Amino acid sequence: MHMSDGIVNAPTSLIFGVVAIGAVAVAAVKARSELDERTVPLAGLVAAFIFAAQMINFPILPGVSGHLLGGALAAILVGPYTGVLCLTIVLVVQALLFADGGVTALGTNITNMAVVGVAVGYGVAVALRRVLLSRRPGGLGVLAFLAGLVGTVAAAMAFVLEYAIGGAGSGSLGAVAGYMFGTHALIGIGEGVITAATVLAVAQARPDLVYLLRGTEQARKQVAA
Amino acid sequence: MKQRTFWVAFAAVTLLIAGVFSYFASSSPDGLDSATLRGCEVVETDAGEELVGECIAQHAAEHHLADSPLADYTLGGREGTGGLAGVIGVVVTVGAAGALFWAIARSRRDKPASSPR
Repeated sequence: MHMSDGIVNAPTSLIFGVVAIGAVAVAAVKARSELDERTVPLAGLVAAFIFAAQMINFPILPGVSGHLLGGALAAILVGPYTGVLCLTIVLVVQALLFADGGVTALGTNITNMAVVGVAVGYGVAVALRRVLLSRRPGGLGVLAFLAGLVGTVAAAMAFVLEYAIGGAGSGSLGAVAGYMFGTHALIGIGEGVITAATVLAVAQARPDLVYLLRGTEQARKQVAA
Repeated sequence: MKQRTFWVAFAAVTLLIAGVFSYFASSSPDGLDSATLRGCEVVETDAGEELVGECIAQHAAEHHLADSPLADYTLGGREGTGGLAGVIGVVVTVGAAGALFWAIARSRRDKPASSPR
């Protein structure tokens, strides 16, 4: 869901450029509480994994595809602030090296995928943590699925907001909003499945490394073993 | 799982996705791109693809770095090089992220844990 340059006007790009810089600066400071020598390797690999997974467009409708955004995935595995930084690095690499996502659109793209996608995905994960994590390990999968799904739809709605503020073209805002919601509800199902599968795989192997499980029984057992 | 097995498996899966699975990705526009293409038809002309009709995508500017050597996940636009471009992207991403995260983790360690004053 990378925007090209010119989809929104220059003032809107500038506003969200400032929003993105502010959010990334806060994340860089707050990530200190999430990162230590033990968790740096996972954080680096999660960023690379998201870069790779974003290359895989899966079909959702005839002629329409979607790909993982990875916000909820990163937040659950390495923490929300580190997650913002993971997604930001992926988006910068894509824009500057692979010409994927406009350069002046970096602010909007970071806002949508790295800030809104991560924040909403993490918010859902935290809200469901008490209900779902106390039960069987499957609870973590359901939590990850829903966090991925809702985070994706939220990122799509952030685009709609940007388009409402300064979008190009004469299309109706309602039509754009409805189409974005519908397609990203479908893409969100794929996002949820990939997020759940990845989080469960890491939690199975190394629960002690999963940010959302820090301090829980599941993680302690692993450390003791 | 042994520590090393976990890291090797995670890295291998990541490289496999970028280097191999990427060839099987759908080439259809994604949700946002197809939202911007609504109202237009993509027509193949000698000069490349052209958008006929009225849609948001007509306002999209060409990428500033469209001529970069890795543009569109290829090596210099050569067909069949997507997997290699993906692997390069994975290496660059893990390098950039690792360097940033290591610096952040270190900046914490440099601070005295508690200053007895």
